[in-house]
Amino acid sequence: MGSLPEALYGAASLIASGDATLVGIILLSLGVSLSAVVFATVLGLPLGAAIAVGRFAGRKATVVLLNALMGLPPVVVGLVVYLLLSRAGPLGSLGLLFTPPAMVIAQTILILPIIAALCRQAVEDAWIEYEEQLRSLGVAGTRAALTLVWEIRFSLLTAVLAGLGRASAEVGAVMIVGGNIDGVTRVMTTTIALETSKGDLPLALSLGIVLITLVIALNAAAYWVKEAAQRRYG
Amino acid sequence: MSSAAQRILPLSLAEVCFGAGGRAILDRVSFELEAGPATIILGANGAGKSVLMRLMHGLIRPSSGAIRWSDADPERLRRKQAMVFQRPVMLRRSALANITYALGQARVPRSEREALAFEALESVGLPHLAHRPARVLSGGEQQRLALARAWALHPEVLLLDEPTASLDPAATREIETVIKAFDAAGTKIVMATHNLGQARRLGDEVIFLHAGRVIERAPIDRFFAQPAAAEAAAFIKGELPWK
Repeated sequence: MGSLPEALYGAASLIASGDATLVGIILLSLGVSLSAVVFATVLGLPLGAAIAVGRFAGRKATVVLLNALMGLPPVVVGLVVYLLLSRAGPLGSLGLLFTPPAMVIAQTILILPIIAALCRQAVEDAWIEYEEQLRSLGVAGTRAALTLVWEIRFSLLTAVLAGLGRASAEVGAVMIVGGNIDGVTRVMTTTIALETSKGDLPLALSLGIVLITLVIALNAAAYWVKEAAQRRYG
Repeated sequence: MSSAAQRILPLSLAEVCFGAGGRAILDRVSFELEAGPATIILGANGAGKSVLMRLMHGLIRPSSGAIRWSDADPERLRRKQAMVFQRPVMLRRSALANITYALGQARVPRSEREALAFEALESVGLPHLAHRPARVLSGGEQQRLALARAWALHPEVLLLDEPTASLDPAATREIETVIKAFDAAGTKIVMATHNLGQARRLGDEVIFLHAGRVIERAPIDRFFAQPAAAEAAAFIKGELPWK
């Protein structure tokens, strides 16, 4: 074991065989990361839009902080969520530690700043174009923010995708709060980390290939949707 | 008079100044606008026309001086005056939805919006494009849609900031036809332009702006036949060959 051709061959046959363990890991990964993206999008888009059109004290500091949080280290997020959810922590009674919901929470926190910050920037750019017209129509505040989010809905796909990319690729947070328990909280990235250290390269490599393929496919789909929408709506 | 019938004209500007970045853009501008004649704000690029339009519309505030409509109620003011910009900004939705959006913002009941919007589209000759996405319309069609959106509530005053400056001659003619129709329907037209031909075709009177100051105000025929101010005469002379 150990040579690349061998590992590749092993990976290909694993994928081709539709191995149940492999499929389970992939489905859990997708379930966790997509859930996190949904929550982070629902929270992040209004938050980003509000900061974009809002005029409040400390706005600049908020923008800088939000941008900085895009680079949150996953292990730190994992650690904080771990402390919150651990038996002695404030949310320990929920019994969520080492379950998929804990992983969703951690990833949501991780990618919320990414989606919110990218949305804030996009809405602010759109505001420059729309401001006079909207103010002329008497549109301001929340209505203006929501109108702008809807106007740039196709561009915001990119922000959501960036979040998805980050969520599906990170290993630190889910490792800490999920615990990488076989059949329960084992996802693609944690499996890759574990199997590589154990020397089971075919499984690690096959998951790596699936992960990259999925990310490329999602990005291609989003790109296609955006193109088609822009041709249709201008 | 009931609140709905209350008129917002006349509009009076008293000693209005506007400066930005230490530069005076408008300098002690005073005049009054009454209902009736179509008023052309004429002047070269950089004379301060756009800033003046935005001040009247309430998008910006004067550095000093006063701008007073005869009705000060902000809600009625917004409904009774509308502005069309040089470059129309359309929302990413259908032409019809662009108008119903504006009507919704003006608190028109949902059940009445579509009929009003269709009527407005008809008034600019675009009913057949009602369900097309607004952003893929041509420049001229978008500007007519902008006029329809502004017209949908039959405002008392329509402010137009060089509405044809980025359009070709055919589209310009169509826009002018629409503006004339709105004028004939009793809406007060206030239009900024540097185009002398357009000023003559659409205006009843001219307010001539030069370097941020009102230099002359005159009925359209007299302004072109015998401009009183030297700057106005120079502008007419300089502009004519390219009108």
